[in-house]
Amino acid sequence: MTEPLLDVSDLRKSFGALRACDGISFDVAPGETHAVIGPNGAGKTTFIGQLAGNLRPDSGRILFAGENITALPAPKRARKGLARSFQITSVYLEFTALQNVALAIQAHAGHSFRFWRDARRDPALVDPARKVLEEVGLGARTDVLAANLAHGEQRQLEVAMALATRPRLLLLDEPMAGMGAEESQRMIALLSSLKGRQTIILVEHDMDAVFRLADRISVLVYGRVIATGAPAAVRANPEVRAAYLGEEA
Amino acid sequence: MSFALIFEQLLNGVQLGVMLFLLAAGLTLVLGIMNMVNLAHGSLYMIGAYFAISVGQWSGSYLLGVAAALVGTLLVGMLVEVVALRTLYQRDHLDQVLATFGLILFFNELIAILFGRFALFASLPSYLQGHIELFSGIRYPLYRAVMIGVGLLTAVLLWYVVTRTRLGMLIRAGASNRTMVSALGVNIRLLYTMVFGFGAALAGLAGLMAGQIYTVQPGMGELILIQVFVVIVIGGIGSVRGALVGALIVGIVDTMGRAFLKPILETVISAAAANTAGPALSSMLIYLLMALVLALRPAGLFPARGG
Amino acid sequence: MALNARVVFWILLVSVLAALPPVATLLGEAFYIDLVRRIMIFAIAAISLNLILGYGGMVSFGHAAYLGVGGYAVAIFGFYGIDDGFLQWGTAIGASALVALAIGAVSIRTSGIYFIMITLAFTQMLYYLGISIEEYGGDDGIRIKTRSQFPLIDLGDGLQFYYLVLVLMLGAVYLTHRIVNSRFGMVLRAAKSNEARSRAIGFSPYLYRLAAFVIAGAMGGLAGALLANHTNYLTPDIMHWTRSGEIMFMVILGGMGTSAGPVLGSFALLLLEDILANWRDPRWIGEHWQVILGPLLVLAVLFFRRGLAGLFERRRD
Repeated sequence: MTEPLLDVSDLRKSFGALRACDGISFDVAPGETHAVIGPNGAGKTTFIGQLAGNLRPDSGRILFAGENITALPAPKRARKGLARSFQITSVYLEFTALQNVALAIQAHAGHSFRFWRDARRDPALVDPARKVLEEVGLGARTDVLAANLAHGEQRQLEVAMALATRPRLLLLDEPMAGMGAEESQRMIALLSSLKGRQTIILVEHDMDAVFRLADRISVLVYGRVIATGAPAAVRANPEVRAAYLGEEA
Repeated sequence: MSFALIFEQLLNGVQLGVMLFLLAAGLTLVLGIMNMVNLAHGSLYMIGAYFAISVGQWSGSYLLGVAAALVGTLLVGMLVEVVALRTLYQRDHLDQVLATFGLILFFNELIAILFGRFALFASLPSYLQGHIELFSGIRYPLYRAVMIGVGLLTAVLLWYVVTRTRLGMLIRAGASNRTMVSALGVNIRLLYTMVFGFGAALAGLAGLMAGQIYTVQPGMGELILIQVFVVIVIGGIGSVRGALVGALIVGIVDTMGRAFLKPILETVISAAAANTAGPALSSMLIYLLMALVLALRPAGLFPARGG
Repeated sequence: MALNARVVFWILLVSVLAALPPVATLLGEAFYIDLVRRIMIFAIAAISLNLILGYGGMVSFGHAAYLGVGGYAVAIFGFYGIDDGFLQWGTAIGASALVALAIGAVSIRTSGIYFIMITLAFTQMLYYLGISIEEYGGDDGIRIKTRSQFPLIDLGDGLQFYYLVLVLMLGAVYLTHRIVNSRFGMVLRAAKSNEARSRAIGFSPYLYRLAAFVIAGAMGGLAGALLANHTNYLTPDIMHWTRSGEIMFMVILGGMGTSAGPVLGSFALLLLEDILANWRDPRWIGEHWQVILGPLLVLAVLFFRRGLAGLFERRRD
């Protein structure tokens, strides 16, 4: 097995008496889609917060491409190639779809202390942004304000913003949340088109999506990983069935 | 620099601190609970001072003036809350700042219309004049001592109300979870109006006491309000305990700085230089202190809850 | 279409402002030249505040500080008999940028209510500093005997000064327009729009915000230098907290985050103040005009949130 792109060991985080993250070890191989599932309150949000750099773990270590990033703030992790989408849609509502993606590209194009040239007409930003939007299926919606996009389109836009940074690791926090069936299918198609060339951590409630997309699945319950493995193995795991699938299915 | 002088200035610092606390307590509750910036809090202080003086002179009774100031600011505070501020809770801080700025212009000018722009002076009843002897050789004006006593008593009462009573429980719960408190069947709007009126009365209390030692004129509220902001930044938004500690620190630092910074500087630099630097530095002291606290503890000394 | 409307607006505005002095002189109302010059100087301050408030989302309640620093730079040089305009204005801009750097470095680490109170408090500190330094007039203020000296331009000539202010104001509008649409400006506006998103794609907003704060401070310092020349007299009142509030209102009344907003807002507020203050019938309005202005401002905040620019141009970028 090749060296993992992300290697998390013994991550712990408590809020008062609540152990939201109770010794999680977790890894993602390059090119892999690794899904994280678990019932509500299992600690998924806390776990993601620590991966993205919004929460500081109490103890444990996060290695990203061999580098210890445990103490890095979110913007620095993003610049190192860790891109994320949010559980609750988070885009720049008063900018157009194109500007949203252009900003993501700009964030990875060196410093932005450039005060004069019009960024809205900068081919170095706009051209690749347009390309990414086409890739995710928003090619016809480039000049629409993000606020005026449909919910599913906003979620696609979020993925586009994450992809635009050419991340080494894509962290998707419930990309299907709040979507209708048709929108979900479109998102699943988009994500499966990325499979293999993009390393992905997928946190998702939609079991259909998870079992279709994931190479491996980790099951999180009460702040612990109770099982990790291929979808079929996880599905068959009695502990998982008892703790999780039993109540969900 | 005798011990007596230092001690007297220290007490003066505590007295200023107590005044600042009365203003800061109401303001910090409104900030913390309603998440609302109310610049017009200083106006209520001014209104308290004017109520006390005008009713006191008209009736010839100091105590009647005190009562009028307390009840008057309570009512004016609740009226302002219902008429103007209530709609602002849902707005952003910018709107709150701007709207209450407009209110300040209105109140200052209204007072100028009613009483003129010149400073008013209040007289003390005979039983509050004179000095008390604290211990051998150290005398302190009775009135200022009473102010300190009233302020500290209010602090204790406030602490009791907020932490030990049902009303205080509701206030604290209302701060963290509006819907839950409404679900309990409590009229949250009425609760807010009461909290606001209560904070206004505290400002009125500060104002009625201030009338005897500071000049009473339109705009007096804003001069002290900005110092109150410094107190709240130092103490931490929403924390009554922070308001008390911050107020005492600011009161003492400001008073001691004004009294002793110049003579201290004179021992280091020339008298002429100290003459310039002394007042300049002492007027900046509390703001520099604020910057220092922010650098070390951005959420103030007593941060009340996250966020 | 929208672009055309905008171009027409600016051409109209510039034509009116350029034509005002000869027309006012012809009508024997030269007083208006003075008034409009003052308004345009405040417009520069409002434009600079709009950069951080309207585009950066930083509710700075201390913009009068930079007016003060800029004004005192001119006055203090003048006090020592140094009238060179480049030196005076260069110092005004540099010193206010430095002050903005210091205030910004502390306050931008905080947000929300803290940010408002801290910017207000630091400005009040400078106000008291102005009052306590007796050399430069303290409370009573300081007279500026000669206006800043420049080659080719004579600020002593009211008309030349007027047109210089007009050019500088338009320059400030253009500069801000360039900045907010540059890469830098996009980061600034993005951080206002959605800070969590900005951090997640890799922007650390602090330094960008601080840089914007410093630029705004420098521009405010220029306005201060102009104001000191305009009034020939400077008191610490230039830094009074109500001044900061007024500048904020100019931005809001005109329309936050628009190029025309601060200019329109300055005209609206200061003309309104002028009309109210000169009201003679009934007389009490003229004397106590703030009792009218205050509630008007409250109503504007409650019901006229988009500002004048919202009436003229659609908000799109």
